[in-house]
This record gives sequence, structure tokens and C-alpha cells, in this order.
Amino acid sequence: METASLPIEPKTNYLNADYGIKSWLLTTDHKRIALLYLGSITMFFFLGGFFAMLIRLELLTPAGDLVLADTYNKLFTMHGIVMIFLFLIPSVPAVLGNFLVPMMVGAKDLAFPKLNLASWYIFITGACFILYAILTGGVDTGWTFYTPYSTTYSNTNVITAALGVFITGFSSIFTGLNIIVTVHRMRAPGLTWRRLPLFIWANYAASVIMVLGTPVLAITIVLVALERLFHLGIFDARLGGDPLLFQHLFWFYSHPAVYIMILPGMGVVSEIIACFSRKRVFGYDFIAMSSIAIAVLGFLVWAHHMYVAGISTYAAMIFSLLSFFVAIPSAVKVFNWTATLYKGSITFETPMLYVFAFIGLFTIGGLTGVFLASVGIDLHVTDTYFVVAHFHYVMVGGMVTAFMGGLHFWWPKITGKMYPEAFAKLSAVLVFVGFNLTFFPQFLLGYMGMPRRYHAYPAEFQVLNVLSTAGASILAVGFVMPMIYFVWSLQYGKDAGPNPYRAAGLEWMTASPPPTFNFDETPTVTWEAYNYDEIDAPKKGVEVAG
Amino acid sequence: MWSNLPLFPARASSMAGHVDALYFALVAITAFFTILVSLLILFFAIRYRKERNPQATQIHGSTALELLWTGIPLGIVMIIFVWSSVIFFMQTRPPKGAMEVYAVGKQWMWKFQHTEGQREINQLHVPAGRDVRMIMTSQDVIHDFYVPAFRIKADVLPGRYTSTWFHATVPGRYHLFCAEYCGTQHSGMIGEVIVMDPADYDRWAAGAVDGSLASSGEKSFQQYGCSMCHRADAAGRGPNLVGLFGRPVLLDDGRTVTADESYVRESILNPGTKIASGFKNIMPTFEGQLSEEEVIGLVAYVKALGDGSANLPLPVSEPNSGTYPVAPKAEASAAKSDKTATPPPTKATPATKATPAAPAEKQ
Amino acid sequence: MPDSETAVHNLKHHFADLEQQRATSTFGMWLFLVTEIMFFGGMFAAYLIYRLSYYNAWVAGSQTMEIKLGAINTAVLICSSLTMVMAVHSAKLGNRKLTSLCLILTLVLGFSFLGIKAVEYHGHWMHHEVPGANFHFEHEGNYDPRQVSIFFSLYFAMTGMHAFHMIIGAGLLTWLLIANTRGRFSPEYNSPVEMVGLYWHFVDLIWIYLFPLLYLISHHHNG
Repeated sequence: METASLPIEPKTNYLNADYGIKSWLLTTDHKRIALLYLGSITMFFFLGGFFAMLIRLELLTPAGDLVLADTYNKLFTMHGIVMIFLFLIPSVPAVLGNFLVPMMVGAKDLAFPKLNLASWYIFITGACFILYAILTGGVDTGWTFYTPYSTTYSNTNVITAALGVFITGFSSIFTGLNIIVTVHRMRAPGLTWRRLPLFIWANYAASVIMVLGTPVLAITIVLVALERLFHLGIFDARLGGDPLLFQHLFWFYSHPAVYIMILPGMGVVSEIIACFSRKRVFGYDFIAMSSIAIAVLGFLVWAHHMYVAGISTYAAMIFSLLSFFVAIPSAVKVFNWTATLYKGSITFETPMLYVFAFIGLFTIGGLTGVFLASVGIDLHVTDTYFVVAHFHYVMVGGMVTAFMGGLHFWWPKITGKMYPEAFAKLSAVLVFVGFNLTFFPQFLLGYMGMPRRYHAYPAEFQVLNVLSTAGASILAVGFVMPMIYFVWSLQYGKDAGPNPYRAAGLEWMTASPPPTFNFDETPTVTWEAYNYDEIDAPKKGVEVAG
Repeated sequence: MWSNLPLFPARASSMAGHVDALYFALVAITAFFTILVSLLILFFAIRYRKERNPQATQIHGSTALELLWTGIPLGIVMIIFVWSSVIFFMQTRPPKGAMEVYAVGKQWMWKFQHTEGQREINQLHVPAGRDVRMIMTSQDVIHDFYVPAFRIKADVLPGRYTSTWFHATVPGRYHLFCAEYCGTQHSGMIGEVIVMDPADYDRWAAGAVDGSLASSGEKSFQQYGCSMCHRADAAGRGPNLVGLFGRPVLLDDGRTVTADESYVRESILNPGTKIASGFKNIMPTFEGQLSEEEVIGLVAYVKALGDGSANLPLPVSEPNSGTYPVAPKAEASAAKSDKTATPPPTKATPATKATPAAPAEKQ
Repeated sequence: MPDSETAVHNLKHHFADLEQQRATSTFGMWLFLVTEIMFFGGMFAAYLIYRLSYYNAWVAGSQTMEIKLGAINTAVLICSSLTMVMAVHSAKLGNRKLTSLCLILTLVLGFSFLGIKAVEYHGHWMHHEVPGANFHFEHEGNYDPRQVSIFFSLYFAMTGMHAFHMIIGAGLLTWLLIANTRGRFSPEYNSPVEMVGLYWHFVDLIWIYLFPLLYLISHHHNG
């Protein structure tokens, strides 16, 4: 059913239902809260990117001649803290998840709307602490806060930054809690678990990790702060403590955290690939179960960050074995997505380009994880640029790419406007090219032996570093362009209509932008997810997607 | 510039070839699957683009395919796991008879002590063709001993010993990096490993002016009064250390531990935590009075006592005088309190406190 | 207030009915308590790992705890859980006065716990058992005083975090008291009381684990 021929009535939607700053700052509408998050994390993304730019500029030359060593150490620390805690962890769950989860399950809002708003305020409070730490001298411990450097030796704003991370952790916990309860308790009638979009499965699994893992980081950070304040010695060998205990506690959260970051992106990929192939996702059950498997296995592999840290040989072997296992569900997803394309009817809108980029880059990133799971090789490449390349492939090549794809895919739903397709495709290509040029040389640098967190380096590493910085400049352009054309589209973009892509999913069955309470009446679901056969059925009068 | 574009480091140890072989296998697997997936996507995208295939075919899935692409990757990674574990076992089990070099990392330099007595800073001479075992500790934060050309890496921790080993094969100069972020000059905590022909190395090592590590340990042993209680017979207040190193030790709580480097170090710095069976908890701690280098010297001496290659502790003229060891060295005694003789504790007295009044910070 | 009015007044717009709302908030509170288990779990893990390696120091530290005060506190908290259950029950019956009484009793018991804890902390301070510059430990046994300092660090971190949770609980109870006085609760709508009850029981349960782990390690003498 085409509604594009009808004029879009100036109906009340969540954007124009109420005006004024109070209506935004005191909103309990999950969609507005999602936009509050979107604005905040975009700012933090560019802040983290600014630090990255300075890092890459410094690394153009072997000598440490752009900034002081201490400054450099602060730059990579703050790049990590800002990108991970203020951008990546919230990105899909708190922006796309907040916006879409209630709609995808046919609910009027998340289970706890006020808690959702509180989550955002907690996030901003934590971010303020981190910003304050940055502005008053920075932190130089690395985002990993290893002891005893962080507790005893560093002279920077460790406690302030740690408190900031601690506070933002609660934002993450409450968002995850909200999502889990919503999915369990607020599905529309007829919407069984196996009829849910895979985006829901993915965010559900990520939320389970958020809820179980983040508290451990919280208490670890508290203990670090206490130790620093009161010279306690829990993690300091000179005072009888064990620095390895910190590492275990830290990585117990921080490894599952990477799955918090990637799983929602995988959910986005499933939605987009189904839509632009016009068919259901191949192997729905397996993709859903693999999300759960990743969440469970992800908690069992943390010490693969510690193979050289002083753990026993046998512990290293066990974690190595488990780390190989955790790679398998991700591989299953990649194959299932590829198979989804088979006998599809494929078009190449911008979100689909990002999905193709994701699958290729995530495959490389994930497989280089297998290098790191292999203890024999890890002994050589851990703490080098190989690791830096690996995690940027999965985090940027994977997660950020998926986030960009999702932002483009749901932009019409969120704003009611279309972005300019040509510019969007161009920036997708720039991101892909720039990204590979930036990070692929780093695999080589790492195997060559260039350690990470190095301000200055031996001259033989310079060529690859120059290539990397060149790539970063292209990548930066690719990220700045969407900022410009998304904002442009708010005023000048074409009106989107409820379902410009004729996608499946409850969120597309309501107006763009949606009304405040999402649906005029709660739908009753009798169809499977990704019912593209019904949507694309040649006969007229099919009353599914609008 | 381009001709010098390196792609992997020199292979200068016995492990390098093994590690590289596994690496290349993984590169091949990664390339294979990346290309496979990319080609499939490319092919499907072209073959099934909307213009050529206007109607999609709904396919739920295929359990057979799922099993296939779960099973095959699982099989491949299990092979990799076994292969990598074999390499790992080689990397973590130094052969018997390896020569030992001690390392102390501190912000922001490496200090090495050879058993022959040579001391180096930021440079490490080793012979080619011999197994070398590094026994390392840190004076402050966590560092990491990394020699890319050898394909080895091990964190260096404060408060305990960690170790790694290598068998250098090609003479030359190779990078040594600290690979665990440790503060301001982390990227400056670099050096060189200089691999020499065995004959050249022996000549170089013989040039040590201060005597072997064990002999400097022996000097410390006398100077700090260890020999007052640790005699070369069974009559001392402390266990006889001759022949002890490497053997199991029965503790008073029933546990048995091996007398390795960590045990010796702990016994010097924290004696109250492990009491040998049959002895009382009366050994004072030397925490804060000995530098890491002195501790290493003592460890080397106890090791040499263990294999009979060291001089036995000198007998003390008044074994039961009841006086405690004194530190005749000027700097150390300035650090300790002024009492030169403390009466021996009775049975019920608790363990001695950890730190004396103002421990001198040793380099 | 007529029941239907209360029901309508309390039903949030995004729920279909009060039953869904109650089930949702119950689920949410249980899930939150799971996160609290993980939160305290980090400290319990550190405690257990160190106890394995530093057993003698753990014994020495534990011997200085005042078992009497700890036991009284345990009884106080268990009683407070009883009064809390009674508050929940009274709310379900719609007995506003009894609900208020039980909430007040719970608060009193809670504050008693905190008061006794304060007395204990003061004692530790006076005996130089607080880690930091003022720490000075003498006791019989084969232990390293630095390790005892770690025991006390964990003791203060764990009991301190627990006390902090109790203070939050006291705040929640006060809020319930005020709401109850204003007639917010009824047999149809009383889930806030039940949710705070769950939270309170959880905090009690944490203490029931803390008490033996911290106070009762290998006690030989009368303590």
C-alpha cells in the first residue's frame, strides 16, 4: 500500500507534541531520550576523534615531537575512555535501542520510563566527571587503569576519571535493565519470542551482559579509588596486595563489554540485510541463539588479556580454548547473513553499503581475534599494534559501521526525513577506504614488534605509521560528512512517509515520526519476523506494512 | 624508503620460526575466509540484484548448512588451539640447564645482572646457541620484557619474579621494548639485546670486575648476618640452606612448597608467611633494607649453595650468643634503628614488624 | 478513595493493566538485585581469593572483631526483615496504621544497626585497625601485617558499602512512610512497599553472608 501519494498531514508526533527545553529535559518519552543520547554521544565521538587525530599526528614521525610524553599518554587514555564509555557502550542500545525496542515489541514505552530519563542524567553526570578530569589535567593510566601505576604512581586525575566511569556504568546498567524487562513483560499480544526481530535478540543479549558485568567494573573502580585515596594496598604488591587481582576483576567486565558493544550492531545488520534483500534472515534461530551464546561465553574468556601477565600456563590454556569457542557464534552469524543474500532481491541503499562493509571488516577483525586467542602467537603480538588494529577493526569497522548503517536506516523513522542518498553513499565509501588505510598497516606494525602506547618509535616503523595517519584523515572526512547532511536533512530532506523502504517490523507500521505513544492502537501480531513475502506480495490490499 | 618497508621482524631465536609458521597459517585462513565471504557477497549482490531478481525467495534456513559452518570453523580452531598450545608449552618451559640472567625493570630502564657478574643497563649481551632464562622483577609498576626478534614477551611484576626464556640463533642487535604501559617514558624504556658468538660472549662475560653474582650474594649473606642463623649445619636457628634450592620444603602448617627463586625472595622479605617445619617464626624481615639487586644476589647465592658451587656460609664464633644480626654497612645501618643488639624473642612474641624506621631507597 | 479511582490513578499509561505493571516492577526489582549481587560479588571474590593465600592474616584480623556486636547486629537486621514483611503484609491488607507502624519499626531497627556499626568502626579506629597511616596491628600468629591491612581494607569496603545500601534503604523506607501517610497504598496498589521490601531483604542477606565471613573465621577463644 503506497501512502507516498498522500500528503503528509501535520499530525502530532513525538517531536512536535510539546515544545521547550523543559519538555525535552524532563521527558519520559523513550524516543526523546534516545535523541538526548544521540546528541550527547555524537559530541563525545568527535571529542574522542579529536584525541585520535592528535595521536595520529604525533605518530607521523618517529620522534616524540608534537606533544610531550605525558600529554601523549593522556591523549590515548582519554581517547579510550571517551570512545568506550561515552560513545561505544551507549551507542546502539541507548540511541537505537531506546528508540526502537518499545516500538519493535509493540509497546508504548520502555518498562520504566522515568528510570530511562534518570539513565541519561546519570550518563551526563558521569561524562561531566570525565570531562572535568580531562580539562583539569587529564588522566594518563590508559583506559585499563592497571595497578599499581593507577593507584600509586600516576600523578593525574585518576580518581575523578574513575568516578566518572563508575557513574556512567550505572547508566548502562539501568538501560540494560529497562530493555530486558521490556522485552520480557511488554510484548504486544501474539508477539512470541521467535517472532521478535533479531535486533531485539541482540539488544537483549547485550543487556544481559550490561546488567551482569558492569557492576563488577563498578566495584573494581571503587576499590581503585579507595586504594588511591587511602593507600590501602589491595592491588599493590608493596603493600601486600596483588596487581593481578585488579586485572582479573577489570577484565571480567571489560571483555564482556566488547560484546555489549558489538552485539547491538549485529542486530542492526540483521534488520538491514533482511530489508534490502527483501527476505527473511537465513537461519533466524541460529542467529538468535548465537547472540545468547556470545553473551554467555563472553563471560568465560577474560584472562585472554592476561596471557603474559603472570597467570599459570594451565589457566592460559583454558582461557585460550574458551576464547576459540567464543569465535564460533560470530562466524555462524557471518555465514547466515551472507546466505541471506542468496536468492534475495538486493538493492544498494546506504544502509546496505554499511552492512557490506560491516561483514567484511568484522570478518577480518574477528579472525584476527583468533590470532590473539592463540597463546603461542599472542605472546608475540599482545600489547602491540596488532591488538590495536584488531579491536579497531571490530569496534570501528564493526560497531561504528553498524551504528552508521542503523542511523541511516532509521533516520526516516526518527525524523520523518530522508537524507541525501548520494552524499551518504560517498561518505560510506570514504569511511570504508579511510578505515582500512588507517588500521590495516597497524597489523603489520604489530607483528613487526611496535608496542602500543608508544609516543616515539624506532625509525623503521615510520612508513606504516604515515600510511595509517593518511587513512585517518580520509576516515575523518567520512565521519564528518553525515554530521552535515543529517542536520541539513532536518530542514531540507524529502519527507519520508511511514515506510520508505517498505521494511518489515512494527516500527514501520506507524507514522514517521511516530506519535508520542507509538501506536494509535496496540497491534496484535500474527506474523513471523521479516514477513517480506507478505509485504512484497504482488496482490493488492495486503494490510501489513504501510 | 620503500625498499626498507619491513613486514616482519628478524628471526633470531629458536621459537621465531614456530611462531611465524602458525602466524602465516592464520594469515592464510583469515585471507581465505575473508575472500570467500567477500566474493560470495559480491557474487550474490550482482547475481541477485533487484534488476536481475525482482522476487526474493524466502528461505528459512538449513540445519545442514548450520552444522557445516559451525563444525568446520570449530574443527579449524581446534587445530589452531592444539598447534598454538604446543608452541606455548615450548615458550613457557625453559630447558634444563639454561643459563640465567636476572632483570630488574624500573621506570624507565632495564637493569640486568649476569650470573658471571656483569651488570648492564638497557643492553643485554647473550650468547647465540645457548638457552637463556630470564628471571625478572620490577621495582615499581608493571613492565614487560619484549624482544620481537625472539617472539617472546613476559610481564615484569613488582613483588614477585616472572620468567621467560629464549634460545638466540643469529648474532646481531635486536630491539628490546617495554610492552606494558608504565608511565611517562614508557616508549623510552627500550634497549638492545646483543647476541654474540658463544666464544665472544664468554670472553665478554669473563670481564666482570666485581665477581660473580653468587659471590656478591655471598658477601651480602655475610654482611647482613644471614650466616648467624643459617649455618652450614643443623645447629642454626634457621634452616641449613646448603642443598636446599630446588628441593621441596615442608612447612609448619603441613604444606610442601618448592624452594625456588620466589620462595627464597619471599623468605627474605616476608619470612613470617612460610615457616619451615621444625623452626620458629623468628626471622626478621629485610623488606626495605635490600635493593632488588641485592635480593637477586642472595637468590643466586642460595641457588649456588643448592648445587654446591658456592662457598659455604662462614661459621660464626658464638652460635648461641643470642645476638641478632647487625648490618655493618654504613648506609644500611643509618637506615635501621640505632640498636645493634636486640634480645631474641621468646616463643610467644608475635612476628616482627614489616618495616624499620626509615628504609633507605636503594637504586 | 474508591478502589477504581486509586487503580486508575496508579496505572501508568504504558501498561495495559495493574497486573502487568506489578509483574513488570517485580521483575525489574529482582533483576536489579541480581546486579547488586554482581556488585558485591566483586568484593566477595577479592575477599575469597585473598583468604586462600593470606589465611593467617585473615584469622588474625577476624579475631579482633567484636562478635557480640556483630551478632546483635545480625539479630537486629533479621528482625527488621520481619517487620518489613509485616509492613508489606499490612499494606496488602490495606491497614494503613499498621503499615506505618511496621515501617517505623523497620527504620528504628535499621538505624540501630547503623549505630552499632558506628560504635564498631570507632573501636577499630581507636585500635589502629583502619588501614592507612594510622594502621598498627599486633596480634599473635604467623602473618604479614600488610596482609592484615588488606583484610581490614576489604572489611571496611564491604561493610561500608553495605551500610551505604542500608542508608539508601532508610531513605526508601522514609519515602514509603510519607506516601503511606498520604494514603497512596491500598490492597490494589502496594507494589512500592513490596519492592522496597525485596531490596531490604537483600541488604539483610548480604549482611548474613558478611557476618560469618568477617567475624567468625576460626574463632578459638570467647571473642
